[in-house]
Parts: sequence; structure tokens; C-alpha cells
Amino acid sequence: MSEEKSMSEQHEIITGIEAPIYLKYNFTAGAAPTRFLAQLKKGKLTGQCRAEPGAPVYVPPRGSCPATGLPTEQEVEVSDKATVQSFTIVHIPIPGNPIEPPFVVANLVADGANISFIHLMSECDNAEVHIGQRVQAIWKPEDEWDYAMDNIKYFKPIDEPDVPVEQIGKLPVTGLEG
Amino acid sequence: MKEIAIVGYQQSDCVSDAGALNEVELIIPVLERVFEQVGISNAQDVDFVCSGSCDYLQGAAFAFVLGVDALGAVPPIKESHVEMDAAWAFYESILKIRMGHADSALIYGFGKSSPGELPIVLSQQLDPYYLAPQWVDTISLAALQARLMLDQGKITERDMAEVVARSRRNALNNPHAQLKGDVTADEVLAEETYLSPLRKADICPVSDGASAAVICTVEKAQEWGLPYAVITGIDHIIESHNPGMRDLTDSVSTRKAAENAGMGEGKVDVAEFYAPFSHQEIILTRALGLGDDTSINPSGGVLAGNLMMASGLSRIGEVFNRIVRGEADRGLAHTTSGPCLQHNLVAILEKGEAA
Repeated sequence: MSEEKSMSEQHEIITGIEAPIYLKYNFTAGAAPTRFLAQLKKGKLTGQCRAEPGAPVYVPPRGSCPATGLPTEQEVEVSDKATVQSFTIVHIPIPGNPIEPPFVVANLVADGANISFIHLMSECDNAEVHIGQRVQAIWKPEDEWDYAMDNIKYFKPIDEPDVPVEQIGKLPVTGLEG
Repeated sequence: MKEIAIVGYQQSDCVSDAGALNEVELIIPVLERVFEQVGISNAQDVDFVCSGSCDYLQGAAFAFVLGVDALGAVPPIKESHVEMDAAWAFYESILKIRMGHADSALIYGFGKSSPGELPIVLSQQLDPYYLAPQWVDTISLAALQARLMLDQGKITERDMAEVVARSRRNALNNPHAQLKGDVTADEVLAEETYLSPLRKADICPVSDGASAAVICTVEKAQEWGLPYAVITGIDHIIESHNPGMRDLTDSVSTRKAAENAGMGEGKVDVAEFYAPFSHQEIILTRALGLGDDTSINPSGGVLAGNLMMASGLSRIGEVFNRIVRGEADRGLAHTTSGPCLQHNLVAILEKGEAA
């Protein structure tokens, strides 16, 4: 074999390069989410549905009823009481997130809504969080309300009987009392 | 092999900023119109759905999933997506029908490009080692291409201005166009250059919007009783990702794709090119050897409005519209992707037999 080395042998093998990407966007939420956020600034949790009796209510609304592909034109106020549909206990800190682990992230269905949204649970024993558990929103002081879901600091368990699994996502706005 | 036809096409107006509307809100009205045109209620009434979009445009991961919310996907539908212009969703749908897995398909493309800086965003589609880290934007690359054309004496700045003037005039008849007007080449030439040798008028605008089409077998089109155009050929070919390794003053891939799609088997009454820069329309026209008997970009082309990820499908739709209106018997639709006409798709459409 020749004593001469090929180019690739003479140099250290490069296994990666750094090429960071920064792109700036002026993000807009959408017309339907804008209506939702405007109500949230007033301390009201609203969903949207097709203008048809019995149509599913989406919280947060994104502009369409995905089941039918039709616009959700009707505004519906829902309760700030909700039911735990599923949850996870987070043990690993998220970079840049001020929340100290362990904390509970849950899919919650507000009374009067048919689909869950994600929020935090607190003032609870993490080990006792369970599916069907009843919770209620703990709001920030009114003067801090903005166009944001974190106007609600977190959801806290309330002393109400559990909702049977088959009933989750089907409660009216009046809750368990029906 | 089953013949495949286009039976419906709709698009939104090209607007520079769709304001607060999100993607699903851009798509819903266009789908409603195409469903009405074809006489179906929603995506449940076709066998396959395929969309084209790019998350980088609006800067939201999995934004295309939100698009599915416009379809009426309960009970579940057969659905697919390309991170490309919807013209390639059209291509995928044709394959699906040819394989016998579907008799009809809905295709849609959408883009909200206004939230980002589109030429910079598109720099990130370049190769990730040499070009993307340098943020070479699409306008700069096209300016290099135009400079090559000028320096080699293949075009003049007036030739480019003539393309712009014709686009603006043709767009007067296009209700969806963003830029239109009775403009002369002299007026274009009087503009200052923006990124030499390109003037702003040589560059397609940034537009928000969506387009949608329905295709099906010819048997199905006749069963539905709809006017249709037959897709007699389609092909797409990609060239090197390195702009320095190909002749930027020609478009070999467009020519080969057109040959494979059967362009030469008849006359071409109308051609709609996806030419985001004025000089590229000249490259494409010459690459295919089209002459005065072909109407080039009667819609104004994408210089009149460029819906990223939908404008390719719109080129097909524009040819379809002219065939079903009886203005043309046979037409060519072209779509491009990548910098300086890197990747090209050509479809040939012909008037269908009366049902």
C-alpha cells in the first residue's frame, strides 16, 4: 500500500456542523381562536360549535368542526369546572419553564364542552389525581387578564363525585347536577 | 389503464395578507366551493384526499394536520400529504387512481406566507451544508440566473419587462389576481432595480390563500355528469440541488418531463407556467419550444399572485378552466419547486369526449 494518505485520512473526520436557524414570524391565532381569546380576556371560557342543536362544542375552537369540516359559527359559554380525561405527572424540568417538577399536566373537559384542552393541575396530591376527577379553574387576579389561556393559573380538585368514564366529555354546562 | 379527468377546480383570491385567518379558515371556503361545483357534500364522497403545504411558511409545526379539520374526516378517510406544492399531491392522487386504489380524489394546497419573510424562509430548503447556512434567499438566486441569461445575450431586460407587462394585462381577466393593470414594458423598465438585474415587478408577490381540485376516472366524471378535462400525461423530474452543477439558462428537466407527458403528440393551445420570476417564463417557453400559437399564462401566472404550495395546482386548474370553457382543446400545466427551476412537473390536459 502507498505511504501517501488520501485526503480523508489526512484530516479529522467531520461528523457535524453547527448551522443554527432563526426565523421570525408574525403569528396570528385565526379568526375563531381570536373570538375565544377575546372572551378569555374577560374571564370567560367559551367554546364554539356549528349552529345546529346537539353539535359538538370545541374548547379551544380553531375554526372548524373537524368531524364535519364545517365552520364553528356559534359561541357557547362553558363552565370553568372541568373533568380530568387523562393526565401525566411531569418529573423532568422543561428548559425555560418556571414550573418546578413534579407537576401535573391534564387533559380537561370543561362542563358544556365535548373536547379536552391541556392545562395544569395544582393544590392537589399528585398521587391522588385520577381520571374522572372534578376540578375548577383558579384564575389570576382580574387586572392581569390578557388574551391568554394562562389567565387560568391552574385547575384545583373540588369536592364533587367522580364522573364515570363514559360520561366524560358529555356533561352539560350545569355540570353533574345536569 | 383508466383515463383520469379533472372535474372541479377552485381557488381563493391571492391576497398579500389574509389577516387573522388561520389555515383551516383559508381552506374551508375553497373546499365548500369545489364540493358545490362537483355536487358532493364533503371529503366522505371521494375515495382519497391529498394536500400540499409547508409548515415553514407559517412557522407552525404540523400545520397541515389543522388542514384536515376542513375535510369532515369522521368516519375516517384515506388521506395523505406532501410537504410540497399541491401539484405533487395531484400527482400522488393520479398514482392512487392508476393503481386502482381509488376512483376519485380531492386535492388541496394552502399557504399563509405573509407571517414570515418568504425568500429567507425558502433559503432553508437549500442543501443544509453549503447553501442553507449562508441564507441564500430565492430572489438572490433568481437574480444570479437572470444575470447569466443577460450576460450570455440570451435575453434583454426589455424581454423580462415584456413578460411582466403581459402578466399584468392578462391578470385583468383573473378575478383572483393580486397584481394586475394596463402596464407597458417601458413603465416596468422605468422602475429601479431591486436586486439587480431584477426589478420588483420581475418577482412574484407573496400571497396567502388556498386552491382545491377534484379528479376522478372518466367513467366517474360521466356518471356525475360533469364537464371535464382528461389528464393525458404527467411527469416530474428533479435536477441537482447544487445550482452550480446545471445550466441555469435552460430547463432540461421541464423539457424531459414534457416529452414524457406526451406534449409533442398534439398542439398546445394554452400553457400555464409556474414562473416566479419573469426571466424564468422565457426559459420555460424556450425549453419547450412553444411559439405564437400557444397562449402563455393567460391567467397572468404567478407574477400576478403566488400561493406557495397551491400555485402549482392552480396552473393545472387554470388550464382545466380554459378547456371546459371551450377556449382551448389541449393545454400544458407546469409546476416548479426549489431554487432556479430545480424540480419541474408537467401535466397535459385535453378536452374530454362529450358524456
